[in-house]
Order: sequence, then structure tokens, then C-alpha cells
Amino acid sequence: MIPILRQILRTGIVSEPAPAIDEALRTTTQRLSAAVLAQLGRALVIRHIDAGSCNGCELEIHALNNPYYNLEGIGIKFAASPRHADLLLVTGPVAKNMEVAVRRAYDATPEPKLVVAVGDCGCTGGIFGESYASCGRVANIIPVDVSVPGCPPTPLQLIQGILTAIAPGKAATERRDSSGGS
Amino acid sequence: MQFLDQPIDFEPLADHAALTFVARVNAQQLMAFCGAAHTAERRLVALWGSDERDRDSQNGYALHIAFDMAEGLACLTLPLATENPQFPDLALPFPAANRMQRAVHDLIGAAPENGDRRPWLRHANWPAEFYPLRRDTPDARFAAVNEEYAFVRVEGDGVHEVPVGPIHAGIIEPGHFRFSVMGENVLRLEQRLGWKHKGIERRFVNMGLGEGAKLAGRVSGDSTVAYAWAYSQAAEAISGAMPPPRALWLRALLLERERVANHLGDLGYLGNDVALSFGLMQFMRLKEDWIRLNARLFGHRLLMDCIIPGGVAVDLDAVGAQAIVDQCQALGDEVTDLKQIYDEHAGLQDRFLTTGRILPSLAKLLGVIGLAGRASAQRWDLRCNHPHEPYDRLEPKMAIERNGDVAARALVRFAEIRESLHLIRKIVSEMPPGSIGNLARSTADKRGFGWIEGWRGDVLVALETGADGKIRRCHCHDPSWQNWPALEHAVIDNIVPDFPLINKSFNLSYAGPDL
Ligand code: SF4
Repeated sequence: MIPILRQILRTGIVSEPAPAIDEALRTTTQRLSAAVLAQLGRALVIRHIDAGSCNGCELEIHALNNPYYNLEGIGIKFAASPRHADLLLVTGPVAKNMEVAVRRAYDATPEPKLVVAVGDCGCTGGIFGESYASCGRVANIIPVDVSVPGCPPTPLQLIQGILTAIAPGKAATERRDSSGGS
Repeated sequence: MQFLDQPIDFEPLADHAALTFVARVNAQQLMAFCGAAHTAERRLVALWGSDERDRDSQNGYALHIAFDMAEGLACLTLPLATENPQFPDLALPFPAANRMQRAVHDLIGAAPENGDRRPWLRHANWPAEFYPLRRDTPDARFAAVNEEYAFVRVEGDGVHEVPVGPIHAGIIEPGHFRFSVMGENVLRLEQRLGWKHKGIERRFVNMGLGEGAKLAGRVSGDSTVAYAWAYSQAAEAISGAMPPPRALWLRALLLERERVANHLGDLGYLGNDVALSFGLMQFMRLKEDWIRLNARLFGHRLLMDCIIPGGVAVDLDAVGAQAIVDQCQALGDEVTDLKQIYDEHAGLQDRFLTTGRILPSLAKLLGVIGLAGRASAQRWDLRCNHPHEPYDRLEPKMAIERNGDVAARALVRFAEIRESLHLIRKIVSEMPPGSIGNLARSTADKRGFGWIEGWRGDVLVALETGADGKIRRCHCHDPSWQNWPALEHAVIDNIVPDFPLINKSFNLSYAGPDL
């Protein structure tokens, strides 16, 4: 026990602050009400689904729980079942063999629910594209709220995407104006 | 060149880092060779198929089988009839061949005579007669179906089944495990994999050599360095452009860094699985430090796309070299402390010892390789068995344990971290100066092989170009093919709650073999 305590003391607290949100990652307008978001913001539960990744994105999702990023420290944790989840974090192009399972997991997640597509593969199908065996991007199979590109996205980019999903978002009209102007 | 007194003339291939030999054989010769290889305790490395109908109308398909021989890699090619292609079942001498043969059937439509023909990669989501690696198979889309798979049933009073997956409870890749259980004890485990199959081998066809390197580096993201190096070896054999020495030393540096990163993560999760979350937090912190330096020096946390055909994409300067040396020192000290804590933690040792055992005799029978093999006294490590530059000069020590349990697989990881840190220091201090890349231009109609000891085991890439110099066939073999069946054996008579721990101690790839 003593060596463990000594090691913990020596390590100290290494957690770093969370990044700011990024509205550019949003693929649809915020669908959840401010009241719901206020609840989620303090206790968000995520179910991770690997729909066919190369496992690179998973390594970075694992890193979210390391003491540097300390996701639980900002009230976000991973659950073992979609039935306990508010948000699905989906990696990979959706492999054809995973299509049924991904749809079922989505259906099993209680409303209101959010979906964050992870990585170049989750956003566009990435290097694997679409084929007899790959359905391509996650949005081809289930509705997606926020897309986090990168191959794989860094832990900070992932946290940014997750926080963006539970941020109030700009009003729909305002968004349309700004995107129409650019 | 002949092996094992078999009357088969092998042709040595030029420009390969590991000595590589190829031969065409008939079914009889193949079976005789397999028998002799089995007796001589050599091992099957990989087995795959190809469509050659555009070259030979009679024998339009081919089966390729690669063996690890004392002299190097030996690849036998068996031509198969265009009509109803069949080959002898190799699963008897080499049980690991079973799933590879089923995959050959799914992809090419050639099947083992009298062998297991159940689908493996195909899950009823495309028709049985749709063979994705036949050249005339058109691009097509099909509706998804939920497959009914005939798992073997264990009968008896009180036996029940526990189905797990494809989506697992943690942050893990998808697969399905069917446990037959009596009380808490596992009587039988049957795996159903292939969920991540995304048609990578078909995707390779018609890619340029450079583009293929990116895809190879994404077959299994945790082993991106091993795959990229193996692929680049194959591409360099095709182009004839060998990388400059400095590039080879940099590749070894990247490969050892990948090994350390994965072992750190696994040791953390092994602690976590026995409720020592302290271990997880400490090792994940060390891993994060480690891969942050990857990002700083090489531009990518997981080192993707750092190895390219012809050389490497990144060099190391003196400041970077010093940072690596300092980091090795700091990490070595911390891991020594943590190992002592693991060694002395009674609760952890109680869960690790004798759990998920693969005895050396069983490991030999099943052909277990890589890290899991070495924890069961199987002396397979390409870095030691077939060392190429720079390993011929680094002379790595092989980590060997005999107990084959979770504790042994943890000890192999600890020993390999220590050895890799030693190798990294040596690489950094002895690395020759010079350029880091040559131009690797493709050559038409040529074959090349690449073979690298990744952190899980050896990765093989067999690459072939067509008349236009583009990729005609690229097969990537993950060591998990050999080791997944061992996990089915390792859990027998263990309790269900120990399965996550046993599974983690192997930490096999789903993406790699699913392709
Ligand atoms: S985005 Fe990159 S790291 Fe993530 S699954 Fe796709 S290829 Fe792998």
C-alpha cells in the first residue's frame, strides 16, 4: 500500500483543462432543448460503438480516460449499454456486417439521444469508402449530430466534439445566414 | 534451393530484407511439404488465395501458403482449377489454417476438399456466390441481414449459453463470443468474428504503391508501424529501390516505440481488470507521455504514415534524439517501480497466476505465435530468428516465459518494454547518418513480400503488381489469425468474470484479421 500511495503522491494531479467547443463540427442544428442540455452537461453518459474502425480511433478514445484528459472529471463517463447512454460515439466506416448491430444500438438508446461520428472514417467513410462490405460514413446508417474528423482525431479534438454536441448551439436561422454568406 | 529434403525447387527472390523463396507445387507436393514442415516444427505463417484466370484459363485460381523456415520465408503456390477450385485441407497439420481457409472460400470461392466450408468473413450480408476478390465480380450493394450462425451447442443439465457481442461492453472492437457455461465455469467458448470486414483487399486492387502504403497502415491502427514497414518491404522488393541504412534504423526506432506504447496500455488495462485502477491511471499516464513525444518528433501520435515505400517520411535531429534518450531513462525508472508494485500486490497476483493458461505443449499444437506464444515458451520472434538491418546489429533478447497464464503474458510485456527501451537507446546512439529515402517506383508483374515482428506477433504482407504497375493483389496477414483460437482454449475451466482479463492478456486484433 505504501508504494502505491507514494507513487500517487509523486504523480500529483496532471489533468489539463478541457478545450473550447467548435460549432464548425456540428452537422445538424442542436435538437435538444436548453433544459435537457443543462442536465447532460453535468452528467453525460456515452456509449462507444466501433462500427468497423481500424482500432486507431479507439486508442484515442481510451486516452480520454487517462489522467491528462480526465473526462470523468468534467462529468462525462462511458457506459456498458446503449440503454444507459445519452450519446453514441461511433467510429469507423460502418462495416456491412455491423449495420444491423449499429441500428439496433441506436434504437436501444433512449430519447433524447445524440450521435457523434468519430474520425475521417466516421465522417466520410475515409480510406475505406463504400463497397459491398462498407456502408461508408456513419450518417449513412443513423442520424449524426456532430462529426469529428482526423485520422485518428486527437483526444482534445474528441472532447471538443463531445462538448459541442451538448452545447446549446446557435439558432437555426443564424447558422443558415452565416453559412449562406461564406 | 530445397527445404526439408522435399523435391521442390524454390527460387530465391532478390531485394528482400528477409531471405524469401517461392515455388509452384502440386497438391501432393504441398501435402508432403506440410507434413515435413510439421515434423520439423516449422510454422505456417499465412494462407491466402488469388484469382489468376486472366493469366491461365485452365488453372485460374491459386492458393498461397507461407512458412517460417530456418533459412527464411518460403511461399508455396498451388494452382487451382478454374472449374470448381479445391485444395487439400491443411487444418489437420496446422489448425490455424481452418479460419484462413474459410476466408479464402468467402473471398475467392476456392474451398478445402472435405474441409470446413462454413463462412467466416461473410455474414449473410452478401450472396454466397458473390466472391469479392474475383476479378470479374462487379461492385455491388446488398441489403443487410441478421445472420443465424450455427454455434456448437453444449448439452447437459444446467448448461446455459451466454452470448456476448458483437458490440462489447467496453471501448473495444466488435466480435461475438458464445460461452457455454455451467454455474460460473466456462465449458466452451466459440468465437464468431469478421464483423469489421470492410473489403480492404478489394480496395487495394488498382491502387498505386504509395497509396497502398496508407491503406496498409490502417489495417490495424495499433500496429500501423508494423504494417507500414512490412508493406514497404514488399513494395521495395517490387521496385528494387532499397531504403538507405538510416531509414531502416529510423523504422526500427518507430517499431520499438509502437511496441512500448501498446505494452504500456495493456499493462494498465490488465491492472484495471483486477480492480487496480491505480495501475490503469499510472500506465495510461506513461503511455500519454510516450505518444505525445511521438507527435512532437514524428508528427503523429500513433506514427501513422511515417514509413513509406523507399524510406521514412520523418528524420530525427540531435535535439529529438536527446529527448528520446531522456524519455527512455524516465520511463524505465517508472516502469521498474510499477512492476514492483504489480509483483507485490497479492490481489493482482492471485488473479493473474494460473488464469487463462495455454501450456507450451498446447501452444505448439495450435501454432500460437508472437507475444502470447512467447509467454508459452514458443520461441518465435522475427527480430531474433531472422534479423535484418538493424536488428542484426542490435541483437535483441527474446522474452520467454513458460507458464502461459495471464501473469506470464504480463511478464513478457514487462520484459519487452525493458528490452525495447534498451534497443531504442542503442538505435539513437548508433544510427548511421545519411538520407532517409529513395524513390520507390513500381515495376510491372512482380511479387514482393514483407515480414515484420509487430508488438503482437509477425505481420506478413504479400504484394503483387499487374501489367500497369498498379496493385494486382495485396494480402495483409495479422498474427491474431493464429492466436484467436488459443483464446478459446485459454478460457476453458476459468470463471466467466475472468474472461475480460484473459482476453485483455492476449489483446488480439479484430480489425487485422477481419480486413
Ligand atoms: S479515422 Fe483513421 S484511425 Fe480512425 S478508424 Fe479510420 S483509419 Fe482508423
